[in-house]
Amino acid sequence: MPTTPPASEPLIQARGLTKRFGAFTAVDGVDFEVAAGEAFGFLGPNGAGKTSTMRMIGTVSPVTSGTLTVFGLDPARNGAKIRARLGVVPQADTLDNELSVLENLLIYGRYFDLSWAESRRRAKELLEFVQLTDRSNDKVEPLSGGMKRRLVIARSLINEPSLILLDEPTTGLDPQARHLLWDRLYRLKQRGVTLCLTTHYMDEAEQLCDRLVVMDNAKIVAEGSPRQLIDRYVTREVLELRFRRADDETDDSAHIDGRLDGLADRVEQLPDRVLVYTADGEAAAATAYERGLRPASVLVRRSSLEDVFLRLTGRSLAE
Amino acid sequence: MTAIGRVGPRRLIGRPGAIASRRSLRVLEHDLLVFRRGWHSYLLSGLSQPFLYLLAMGIGLGVYVNRNGGLPGGVSYLAYIAPALLVTQAMMAAAFEAAWPILNKIEWDKTYLAALNTPLGAVDLLAGDLMWIGFRATLLSVLFLVVIVVLGAAASPLVVLAVPVAVLTALAFAAPIMAYTAIQKGDIGFNALFRFGVTPLFLFSGTFFPIEKLPLFLQPLAWITPLYHGVAAARELSLGQVEPVGLAVHITALVLTALVGLTAARITFRRRLVV
Repeated sequence: MPTTPPASEPLIQARGLTKRFGAFTAVDGVDFEVAAGEAFGFLGPNGAGKTSTMRMIGTVSPVTSGTLTVFGLDPARNGAKIRARLGVVPQADTLDNELSVLENLLIYGRYFDLSWAESRRRAKELLEFVQLTDRSNDKVEPLSGGMKRRLVIARSLINEPSLILLDEPTTGLDPQARHLLWDRLYRLKQRGVTLCLTTHYMDEAEQLCDRLVVMDNAKIVAEGSPRQLIDRYVTREVLELRFRRADDETDDSAHIDGRLDGLADRVEQLPDRVLVYTADGEAAAATAYERGLRPASVLVRRSSLEDVFLRLTGRSLAE
Repeated sequence: MTAIGRVGPRRLIGRPGAIASRRSLRVLEHDLLVFRRGWHSYLLSGLSQPFLYLLAMGIGLGVYVNRNGGLPGGVSYLAYIAPALLVTQAMMAAAFEAAWPILNKIEWDKTYLAALNTPLGAVDLLAGDLMWIGFRATLLSVLFLVVIVVLGAAASPLVVLAVPVAVLTALAFAAPIMAYTAIQKGDIGFNALFRFGVTPLFLFSGTFFPIEKLPLFLQPLAWITPLYHGVAAARELSLGQVEPVGLAVHITALVLTALVGLTAARITFRRRLVV
């Protein structure tokens, strides 16, 4: 690597980073840093500004205002230089249906100025890595969604990037395909590759990210490791109570008013259930029962990033 | 929009010389890689189409045209339309290639977006694909030339120069159409383009009959269309009736159209792809 910044300098640094499309503000003055070797995530619902942020980092979308450096370089002046060292997995597959699986990688290597021989060598290695070797000469079209995503990941690695940007890498995939993909990303991380990803899946963020920022309405609303965010914004456990609608007007076993007082740090009423944030879920459940509440189902679980998001924005991620 | 306000018109238009860069050659390589898969069918249709056209129009229809005294100067109808058809088929192919396949790369398969994540830029994509269209026009025109020679439809060896004229005409169409494609969301706009633009030009630019036969008010219209100039130049060369000044005017008109189209395409490509 010719111009690798010193270890102290972040790979990506954003200050007051803003993106506007006409009157619409997609990203509103965000600050963040990504260090070398880190797996960094942008967690948030659709439309939060995650993709716009990623496109600015990828130097394919001009910054409206604020400052951004990638590898210590200015995207406006050194776009091609930055992209030469970047791997990008866009939200849409953008694979070439006119070419075979192998050819998709070959030509992409040429775009990075690799020789045909070198591009072929790396392509074969990468197809091995993403387990697509037996599909090398097939067209792209008949591949499954998971295979296409893996091919896109292989494509993003052809220039041996030190930083990979992944925009919603597993959206729309079945659980098996997701786990295979996560495994490959984890291996890359172990090799020291820096990952920067967006997701609206909290489990993905928890699996892959060392550190993340929560985005909502074009702004960053919280930052930290998954564990830190949970400790800071929610309790260790959550008691989930579901109630059947009472048939009898006089039956108040589903009326929670006052009955959860003192039991929990916070109570969140959702349309389909009540979330009770507490350090000890079992104890809270027992007390609620003593006080006459008769929920149809009771579940005690550990808090997740989903709860953090709910706490921060008042909305659930899945919406 | 915001992109222009920020980047400024100068950056948007860019340096006129920086077209055939090494990066744009990579885009051409991509197109050749696709071409490699289907070159035999290109070859087959590239030879059969001109043969069928010349047989039907030049020889079949030509019997009637030649019977009524033929064309001024005793030129056979076959010799009259052969160089013109060479140019028009290169133009037609280029017009098509500048429309649907480009929109596919922008909007449907979005392969341009993948390429933009590499060191390639929007203008490299434009330049590379324009070179491919030029390459394809060259190939088709050479095949057409072979058929013309085989059928003995050229009076002068200068007919070989009809090939570069055809390629220039193809680019004069492809560049502005690519500019137009980059502002389309779907392919509905192409219907209008081909119905009211390309097809009428094909019919009324002096390919099948001299534009002097057009109503007087339509003739100036023919002069400003690039196809007229391409057809006229190729015909002069093929018939061996070259007027140097006229030829220079024709070539200049084609080059100017291509350059204006290219400048427009640089702007629309950047606006569409860099947001």
